[in-house]
Amino acid sequence: MSADRPTNTSPLLITGADLAGAGTGDLLVVDGRIAGAGPDAADQVPEGAQRYDADGLVALPGLVDVHTHLREPGREDAETIETGSRAAAAGGYTAVLAMANTTPVTDTAESAERIWDLGQRAGYVDVHPVGAVSKQLAGEELAELGLMARSRARVRVFSDDGKCVHDARLMRRALEYVRAFDGVISQHSQDPSLAGATACCHEGELSGRLGLPGWPGVAEESIVARDVMLARHTGSRVHVAHVSTAGSVEVLRWAKAQGIDVTAEVTPHHLLLTTDLLTSYDTVFKVNPPLRPQEDVEALRAALADGTIDIVATDHAPHVRQDKEHAFIDAAFGMLGLETALSVVSTVMVAEGRMSWADVARTMSTDPARIARLTDQGQGLTVGAPANLTLVDPDRKVVVDAARSKSLSRNNPWHGRELTGGIHLTMLRGRVTAREGLVWGAGA
Amino acid sequence: MKHLLSIADLSREEILQILETAVSMHEVQHRDVKKLPTLRGRTIINFFFEDSTRTRSSFELAGKWLSADTINLTGKGTSVSKGESLRDTVKTIDAMGVDMMIIRHMASGAPAQIAQWTKCSIVNAGDGMHEHPSQALLDAYTMRQRLGDLEGMHVALVGDLTHSRVFRSNVLCLAKLGARVTLVGPPTLMPAGIGPWAQAEDITISHDLDAVLPTVDAVMMLRVQRERMSGGFFPTAREYAVTYGLTNERLSLLPDHAVICHPGPMNRGLEISGDAADAAQSLVLDQVSAGVAVRMSILYHLLSGEGSAA
Repeated sequence: MSADRPTNTSPLLITGADLAGAGTGDLLVVDGRIAGAGPDAADQVPEGAQRYDADGLVALPGLVDVHTHLREPGREDAETIETGSRAAAAGGYTAVLAMANTTPVTDTAESAERIWDLGQRAGYVDVHPVGAVSKQLAGEELAELGLMARSRARVRVFSDDGKCVHDARLMRRALEYVRAFDGVISQHSQDPSLAGATACCHEGELSGRLGLPGWPGVAEESIVARDVMLARHTGSRVHVAHVSTAGSVEVLRWAKAQGIDVTAEVTPHHLLLTTDLLTSYDTVFKVNPPLRPQEDVEALRAALADGTIDIVATDHAPHVRQDKEHAFIDAAFGMLGLETALSVVSTVMVAEGRMSWADVARTMSTDPARIARLTDQGQGLTVGAPANLTLVDPDRKVVVDAARSKSLSRNNPWHGRELTGGIHLTMLRGRVTAREGLVWGAGA
Repeated sequence: MKHLLSIADLSREEILQILETAVSMHEVQHRDVKKLPTLRGRTIINFFFEDSTRTRSSFELAGKWLSADTINLTGKGTSVSKGESLRDTVKTIDAMGVDMMIIRHMASGAPAQIAQWTKCSIVNAGDGMHEHPSQALLDAYTMRQRLGDLEGMHVALVGDLTHSRVFRSNVLCLAKLGARVTLVGPPTLMPAGIGPWAQAEDITISHDLDAVLPTVDAVMMLRVQRERMSGGFFPTAREYAVTYGLTNERLSLLPDHAVICHPGPMNRGLEISGDAADAAQSLVLDQVSAGVAVRMSILYHLLSGEGSAA
């Protein structure tokens, strides 16, 4: 069965939810906006309003992911903007940023607008294109950053993700240039001379034993260190994508203490999965940056909890089966993440007492939206804000089943795992986009 | 025992069994008629995704002398470049109903992955920088011929360890046979994480070959590929040979009973001098000869189970 595309915009009173950790209250949604929030919301309910019992659920502002790969255009066999949007809605997201490493690359205003339009047409989440920093991701000349910013897609985040902007001069120019329109450079921190294209396993005892080309933490840390100094020098804003090591956390902590304008993200997989999963050469665990040892995982958890790492981002990276069925060093990098992110964060950070639901709202909605300069996302559960929200069942045990994914791909490292906490309902501007694993129009 | 993917999968007893069966296989090798009916009707594919002369011919002879039907396949380049996944490639061959695939691949872990995807027996004939288990077994066989039981023996592995699958299999095999291992080479050619690894398995690390040689019962010189110089692992061939090569001068540092091994192909003048390679203590050709016998034993144990062979 499939949920019907909701056309009903009659007022809705959501009752009894924990409002992002701020205590139990009601939420009144009228005309796609939050018209009342808190204990008094029920007082203003208009005639004919529907009620939705959210007793025992946590209401969060709709989740925002600054780091996804939706594969369209170019690899629509792995994911499309529509299927990726469905996976996002099922995972509690109301906005995602789609990375530029498609074919063709998102490096012009026209290609950025096309992605924005396809996202709006699909209608599950707002799909904001990330613009390439350099033409063709070649790392040589700046792409048309300003035209992408001025386009209908209003691009504010630029990244060559998948590749590092390793040329220091180009990185400096990009940081300076995007200041004119309050943009940010999201850096894939990987010094290619220390971790080249074949580097695929955390460099350490295991890579030594398995004979896999090592990807040392210092290849990330040296770029993070360079970039925070460039950010200080230029006075610009830099964002560090998928931080994976304790050393990078140390650099970030120092940089923030200096007042440098740096933000950082961590992926759900780097918060839970460790490098020893590579022992059997299972390519589902091949990801870039690679899974790290437990001590890095612990440092990342602590950094997310104390704010050194600002946000969670999925690095959702769908791949068709055959692209993962090569020898380990030849297989594609990346793993799915949109549908499981909240459950992983809930399991690792909330259920284990490291973070509150207010922290989840901050790290998965408010701050991602702020970093990406999204104006009608991540506004919180406040009166007047667009009704983008996610209802979470905090106690639900979720056993991940790769076959039930809304994504076109099945490279799911969480398959078979039990996680605590699941998405109950997702709402975009007052419309329900997903409920209990059903996404409207998409089938079960 | 269905596959031979890593020495780690073998118990000490299984290793000794393979080495003992190899003794009788070695006798067959010296007969005029080198043919046993043991594997008649069985089909073995030598699937070499990477060039090899000695390993492939050694496995091929081993199969033929045991009366198996053997076919050689080569597959150059990665499966990615050909547009067919590795899984599809090997499942195609598996579907023909073969009993065993002997896999040489440039990617570490490929044989282990293939074993997951296919029904036949898989033998790892060298995978990337990971392992080369049949080489370690034949090395052990050859050393035991000269030195007897390796329990308590001191073996030095010298040279490019980080890129060496021979080293990775040998270190596991020697440990199971009770030998003491010292690794010698420049820090740039030591594998990642060797510190904790060596600590966990009581391996000694040295950068001073002169100090190690007088204490060994066997020294195994590993091939240094000349392209490692462009990778900046060491400055020049000359400096490497002087510092880590088994030079003529160093030969005199070896105890009289100690043996010299090299898995080949040798770079004479780089990691081993001509005199050292040809010295009475050198087992280089014995290794090649034992290679066929040990591989016959491996095929026998994997395909025909227990019992006497020859």
